[in-house]
Amino acid sequence: MRRLVIVPFRKSLQMAWQSLRVRFFRSLVTTMSLVLAVAFLSFIQTGSDIAGGLLAGDGATYQQLLLQAGYDLSTDGNSIGGSAKQRWIVFLSLLVCVVGIINAQLMSVSERFREIGTLKCLGALDRFIVRIFVIEAALQGLAGAVTGALFGALAAILAALVRFGLAAAAHLPWPEIGTTILAAVAIGTLLSLLGVLYPALVAARMEPVEAMRVEQ
Amino acid sequence: MGEKKKIVRVSGVTKNFDLGRIVVEVLKGIDLEIEAGNYISIMGPSGSGKSTLFNMIGGLDKPTAGKVFIDEVDVAQLDAYELAWLRCRKIGYIFQTFNLIPVMTALENITIPMTFAGVGDDEAVRRGMALLDQVGLGGRHGHRPAELSGGQQQRVAVARALANSPAIILADEPTGNLDLATGEDIIRLLKELSSTNGVTVISATHDYKMLNVSDQVVWIRDGRVDKIQQREELDITTGGLSSNH
Ligand SMILES: Nc1ncnc2c1ncn2[C@@H]1O[C@H](COP(=O)(O)OP(=O)(O)OP(=O)(O)O)[C@@H](O)[C@H]1O
Ligand SMILES: [Mg+2]
Repeated sequence: MRRLVIVPFRKSLQMAWQSLRVRFFRSLVTTMSLVLAVAFLSFIQTGSDIAGGLLAGDGATYQQLLLQAGYDLSTDGNSIGGSAKQRWIVFLSLLVCVVGIINAQLMSVSERFREIGTLKCLGALDRFIVRIFVIEAALQGLAGAVTGALFGALAAILAALVRFGLAAAAHLPWPEIGTTILAAVAIGTLLSLLGVLYPALVAARMEPVEAMRVEQ
Repeated sequence: MGEKKKIVRVSGVTKNFDLGRIVVEVLKGIDLEIEAGNYISIMGPSGSGKSTLFNMIGGLDKPTAGKVFIDEVDVAQLDAYELAWLRCRKIGYIFQTFNLIPVMTALENITIPMTFAGVGDDEAVRRGMALLDQVGLGGRHGHRPAELSGGQQQRVAVARALANSPAIILADEPTGNLDLATGEDIIRLLKELSSTNGVTVISATHDYKMLNVSDQVVWIRDGRVDKIQQREELDITTGGLSSNH
């Protein structure tokens, strides 16, 4: 008995992309919690990047303003002390977001039980099913994280300009903000992948007989 | 007759479902041999175990005891890759609920099994179009399942089942969700394919229209083969039935 060839990656990517595109609204809802969490992360981090930039650029002017705005400055007053409370909230929001993704992906797996069963009847290997779900999550994660990171950073920049005046624009630390955005995108994509692992395994373990079930 | 190749051989198959407190014996020892190229109908009352037997033949489920041979290969001995190969190349499945992938067009649905079989894109599209023509849906290749009627969806499903020129088509109540006329169309199509392509069609059904086209009817009752009727006997009995009514 011969063995089945493995579906080329390009073809899997195409199928995953199509599945996302056609179920656009559904995918959007799944991605929404990720967008929000990543936006929050990016907002907070960009905010402290900006504060750092202001201190470094014109400490004398901004030290007082920053304190008034509620930033924790380190004892020497030259750098931004990371607030443990803030980090904790960001961490919690990311955690909630992963749980949300797991939930949404599990739901999508059970909505698609017939499709998955059928694919298996047509000769799909378990790993192909996992791959489809992982690719879909990666695409969703990337799109959601980029959107969230950009929105968060933009919001933080606008907030800073409103709070500290347009002059603050001169001291915006662009390299740091760029790094923050990239990091937020990476974290968001990772979270999306983390959230799909268990649902993808559930999907892959689904029996092909499921496709035969008649009752909805 | 006896010299023809046995494409499916079921020997002493039993199937129990363990529901924790009780064990349901669904199949109680089925022996069955199916010749290549025949059109077989499996008939029997609801709950008699037709679908269960089907899943065994299709390599979708494992018997509790006994063996299923497809083309003289013991299905239980296959590993995951070989089983996938069997499902992809040897068997075409047709479902009562059509089971087309909703996000894909008719043509894409037909070409998935070819992709799994490693057929190149151009070749797959060419063959897919030819199959669509064969099932009478030329020109509908760009339509999604939601844009097709039930009968048309089932035609696409028939084309998909034929994608890799399988030896066997397994159809569990293929007309169960279709109206009379559309159901007849699908049956005629299946019969045509079985005679022109030499595919063995095995179909479970409640549908007496199927009897007319069958080479052999296997009656299942309470998990056992009740009787097997050949085409010739059928003509007599169905004739007899209609005169009684
Ligand atoms: N997964 C399962 N777990 C427990 N019992 C099952 C399972 N699948 C089938 N059965 C039982 O096996 C029996 C036969 O079911 P099966 O679906 O094979 O009947 P069928 O002949 O196909 O009936 P129908 O004509 O209504 O489709 C039924 O009593 C059913 O409850
Ligand atoms: Mg059934």
